[in-house]
Amino acid sequence: MPARILLIDDEQGFVETMAKRLEMRNYPVSTAFNAQEGLDTLSKVTIDVVVLDVKMPGMDGIEALARIKAEHPLVEVIMLTGHATVENAIEGMKRGAFDYMMKPCDMDGLLAKVDEAYDKKVAHEDRILEARARHIALRRGV
Amino acid sequence: MSDHQYYHGLAKSMMATIVLVSIAPLFIIALIAGYQYSVAYEEKVEAHLRELVLKHDQSVDVFLEEKIAEIQVLAEVVGVNRLQDEDGLKKLHDVLVRMHGTDFVDLGLVNDKGIQEVYAGPYKLEGADYAEAEWFKDVQKRKVYVSDVSLGLRGVPHFIIALQMESEGRQWVLRTALDFIAFNKLVEDIRIGETGLAYIINKDAEFQTTPRRDMTGEMPLLRQLVKQVDNSSKLGRGRAAMTIEADPVTGENIIFVTSPLKSGEWLMVFQQEASDVFSALNRTRNLLIVMVLLGGISIGAMAYLMSRRMARKVELSDMEKEMMNEQVIEAGKLASVGELAAGIAHEINNPVAIMVEEAGWIQDLLDEGLNKDDNEREVQRALNQIRNQGVRCREITHKLLSFARKIDPTVEEISLNDMVQEMAEFCEQRARYANVLIETSLADSIPAVEGSASELQQVLLNLINNAIDAMDPGGGNLDIMTRVEDQNVVVSISDTGVGIPQANLSRIFDPFFTTKPVGKGTGLGLSIIYGIINKMDGEISVKSIVDQGTTFTIRLPMAEGNPDNVEQGEG
Repeated sequence: MPARILLIDDEQGFVETMAKRLEMRNYPVSTAFNAQEGLDTLSKVTIDVVVLDVKMPGMDGIEALARIKAEHPLVEVIMLTGHATVENAIEGMKRGAFDYMMKPCDMDGLLAKVDEAYDKKVAHEDRILEARARHIALRRGV
Repeated sequence: MSDHQYYHGLAKSMMATIVLVSIAPLFIIALIAGYQYSVAYEEKVEAHLRELVLKHDQSVDVFLEEKIAEIQVLAEVVGVNRLQDEDGLKKLHDVLVRMHGTDFVDLGLVNDKGIQEVYAGPYKLEGADYAEAEWFKDVQKRKVYVSDVSLGLRGVPHFIIALQMESEGRQWVLRTALDFIAFNKLVEDIRIGETGLAYIINKDAEFQTTPRRDMTGEMPLLRQLVKQVDNSSKLGRGRAAMTIEADPVTGENIIFVTSPLKSGEWLMVFQQEASDVFSALNRTRNLLIVMVLLGGISIGAMAYLMSRRMARKVELSDMEKEMMNEQVIEAGKLASVGELAAGIAHEINNPVAIMVEEAGWIQDLLDEGLNKDDNEREVQRALNQIRNQGVRCREITHKLLSFARKIDPTVEEISLNDMVQEMAEFCEQRARYANVLIETSLADSIPAVEGSASELQQVLLNLINNAIDAMDPGGGNLDIMTRVEDQNVVVSISDTGVGIPQANLSRIFDPFFTTKPVGKGTGLGLSIIYGIINKMDGEISVKSIVDQGTTFTIRLPMAEGNPDNVEQGEG
């Protein structure tokens, strides 16, 4: 099953077209046009990878990242940035983003990153499941 | 050009200062030194003249007294009896002539009737009757008599010393004529300078010595001089009294030094033209004047050259300053453009990203086949989107280009409203990301202002950028207002940002003052704004409350020739 993706960007045209292209490639996609909307979607829909614009009016990408990581620690975030905000994107990675991409990005590169992020998330989840199983087994004294 | 006049005036005032500062001391020194010198010199010359006259009047007096004493001794020692003897008298006269040269011209014994009974000398004067002579009458009263100089009976200038003697109840008078030449020499030898001469006159201003030159023209003056002696004015009373009179002949000032002789009967006079007396002083004065004149000329020339050179230097340094100023403005502009670049890059990246996506989408659809579903319509939509985003890019780049062209200081009429609108739009994207809402409230029919459009653009952009920075993070409202106030066009830019602490308010326009971290701000923005506004004859003021916001207000004079501005004329 492919990664469930959430696109958060204030450029409506960009988000919509990219969503269509991702859907064509069989990725389930949700969209949001600002950070708050994205957070709302995250709490309603199960999402694996968030593609997050750094520079947005209202809450910016860095703050949104912090909120996402706080509320949904397993969700991987890829920062999307214009050249001028590369530093911000790197700052985001320090705070737990998976990677960053520069606008305009090409589809294959993005998908490769999304898949990597998704694999990482799945690996994370598997390890958590394993740990949980071991924990239960230990408790039962097997 | 008025610049030229300015530097010309500068050179002139510098020259005046240099000349004044250098010539004034020169003059003062020349005046003081000259005055002191002339006073000292005059005193010295006067003292010298007095001394001269004193010495000579003394020697004349001594001469007279000596002669009188000699005759007296002669009379006492020899006695009348021997004098009555003609041979004895002759012998006596011979002795006198041998001892005293020709001083004693002759000797004679006159009886109480005034008849010269015995005579020894070169003339035949035996039996001469002096009964009516002045001196004979006088000697009866005074015992000793010294006459004025006269031609007498023999027609040769001489003077007489007469002595009364008594023998066996009879009165005798011993008289001797003294040669005038010897006596004259005493006085005549006094000669100083070209016009200095000495002579002796009696109470009737008759010459007792022969003056070296003809004095007839000066006689009235001399008479007056003698009269003054009688009038017991200071002249003539004291020994070596000095007076200055104008010569009736030449009109020159003449210095007279007078001293009474012969118990005031004669007057020794030394006279010299003042210009002659003080010729050395005059020479010195002329030299001083020439020196001051030459000094003044050389100072003037130096001052002229120096002031011209200095004015030229000032002009050059002003030009350099102007160039520096332009460079600083340019640098400030680059800085503010650099600040913008971040926002602009992002602004352009967004539409480019959309275009890339749309292009990719079209590619996807083409792969799928255009006849499927409504793929063709979707391609049309995508193409439209690409065109729209391209137009968006073009607008951004055009704005950027219009702003980033080289600073053009040409003065033109600027519509402030249009410019505010333009700059507000220009900054809108940046403001949006900073959560700042820009609102403009522009008064209708704002008159034009005069200035360089690109410079004014820079002012507005800088202030808007500052305002946005002041509200970062968190955002706020940025209000830009234009209005007309007292013949001024006013723009105020208010933010709801952090405000400026009171301590910093007075320094914000200083060059290089910045509160931003190193590398973030040049500290030149506001000082450049200040410079530009000043150049436009405008004013910039600031009001700020910490944590509530800051308002910058710019007042610019209306452009001349504006209809609202006509009555005011050149304000």
